[in-house]
Amino acid sequence: MRKYVIRRLLMMVPLIFGISILTFAILKLSPGDPATLSVALNSKIDPGYITKLRASFGLDQPVYIQYWRWLKGMLTLDFGNSFMDNRPVLTVIGERLPATFLLSGLSELLLFLVAVPLGILAAYYQGRWLDRFTSIFSFVGFAMPTFWLALMLMLIFGVQLGWLPVSGMTNVGTEYLPWYDRLGDVLQHLILPLVVTTYGGLASVSRYARTSMLEVIRQDYIRTARAKGLSEFQVIFRHALPNALIPIITLLGLSLPALIGGSFIIESIFAWPGMGRLGFEAIMSRNYTVVMGIGIISAFLTLMGNFLADIGYALADPRVRYD
Amino acid sequence: MIKRLWKRHPLIFWGGALVSVLVVMALICQWVAPYDPDNQVLADRLLPPSWHHWMGTDQYGRDILSRMLYGSRISLAVGLVAVSIYVLIGTTVGSVAGYYGGWVDGLLMRVTDIFLCIPTFLLILMVIAFVGPSIVNIMVVIGLTSWTDVARLVRGEVLALKEREFIQAARVIGMKDSRIILRHLLPNALGPVLVVATLGIGGAILVESALSYLGLGVQPPTPSWGNMLEEGKEHLTDAWWLITFPGLAIFLTVLGYNLLGEGLRDLLDPRLRGSGRNG
Repeated sequence: MRKYVIRRLLMMVPLIFGISILTFAILKLSPGDPATLSVALNSKIDPGYITKLRASFGLDQPVYIQYWRWLKGMLTLDFGNSFMDNRPVLTVIGERLPATFLLSGLSELLLFLVAVPLGILAAYYQGRWLDRFTSIFSFVGFAMPTFWLALMLMLIFGVQLGWLPVSGMTNVGTEYLPWYDRLGDVLQHLILPLVVTTYGGLASVSRYARTSMLEVIRQDYIRTARAKGLSEFQVIFRHALPNALIPIITLLGLSLPALIGGSFIIESIFAWPGMGRLGFEAIMSRNYTVVMGIGIISAFLTLMGNFLADIGYALADPRVRYD
Repeated sequence: MIKRLWKRHPLIFWGGALVSVLVVMALICQWVAPYDPDNQVLADRLLPPSWHHWMGTDQYGRDILSRMLYGSRISLAVGLVAVSIYVLIGTTVGSVAGYYGGWVDGLLMRVTDIFLCIPTFLLILMVIAFVGPSIVNIMVVIGLTSWTDVARLVRGEVLALKEREFIQAARVIGMKDSRIILRHLLPNALGPVLVVATLGIGGAILVESALSYLGLGVQPPTPSWGNMLEEGKEHLTDAWWLITFPGLAIFLTVLGYNLLGEGLRDLLDPRLRGSGRNG
């Protein structure tokens, strides 16, 4: 097991290296840099100032030196400074993290609480109306553009009914209210983005749980359990469910990047001040360092998520061989 | 025959029906569209649906129905071209990696892993933001970034197939590698690729509409369902029809391709019936 863990960790090193090169290359190959961009608005600017500005960003160095500097910084979690306001990228990201974490953490929780039981039940009642309903529901879920769902919910609950706020995380002026009023305010703002984020994952998670449960209840040991006269409750909860839930570990691992990275579209639509919106804004304003920071962090989280999922799976399922 | 299809393969029937509607719309829109999709009639701005404008008009007085009909062309074109590009790349990478194995396989799969680690939508956004938005760029960028699933799928199929007797026989009689791959391996791996490609068209249409919605896709005044939503969201409070119809069209189109893809999966490989989908 230890050897397996070490091998998996070592395999990640060249991947991280490759990801950093790819991310860096895309940004370097793209036209325009923040120095020229920031002066494009002002044509009367002194050309000497542009040179100075480029030098201050380190943009006058050869590409490989720029890359090397960036890579060295990255290893010490120094992603450079944001081109927008010259604050460290990590600080900028840190400010946005809580909002995303609140939204996607709750959504993840809700997702697994709703989708997993739904999928398990659908598998248990395979072919019956619940299964059919889940199946239709998942087709609808896969085809629904989340941003359209968001707009329609905003239209219905925000505009027509006027029940819920449609953008931001807080109302203006709430900072002077007592904490429970502020909490209520945030919760109200949370409802619509939460519903949309959760809905986006419902279809795939419930389907995944269904498949997993279907595979388990076809096994011989389930038939054995029934044959020796165990109650249906025992068969399902003691024998089938623990094994059917093992693959869910993989899903939990794979959801790690979304937990931290958030969603570009949903956060942008609801003006939710999280990582997704930060990433989108950074891309639109060519804020290289922030984009690269977010890219690298997302990729690293994906790697970590896969790694944790594999380890968790290996721990939970003794049939997995470590080779 | 249609009746039999409906009874035995309802997924293919309904999916095929939805996709056919899209194709017909795209083909005949220039004859059936009641108005010029770009014609601005400022006196008629933001009219609700009526007999004259079945889906109402937008903030420039353009007819929504006509714009919807023309928008189908974008969705269809982006879906087909983007998926063709990535199926081509994925099939090449996957079959070469699977057939030759060894360090070629190792290298190609590591590259695939790298692409898999960076969230595809982030990658697409980054590239589009830098090369500039246009229909062609969207197709190419989706194509260049989304090939990983196909590559892994084809590699798996080729790995399983290449140990079979008919491939060994082909090798023994001295057939060239390229011929073995093209004539013997790929045709046998075609089924699963077709399924993934069909589902992928739905996915590509979703990505295009999301990009257009963010203003990084098809640029106005060319109508695309995504940029119609983008323009419509400014009038969320006073014109519900602007965002309702284009979104519904995207939903039904993607649903059509997904139903068709799942139906094909059932048809081609009954073993996989009811199992989860890749990607």
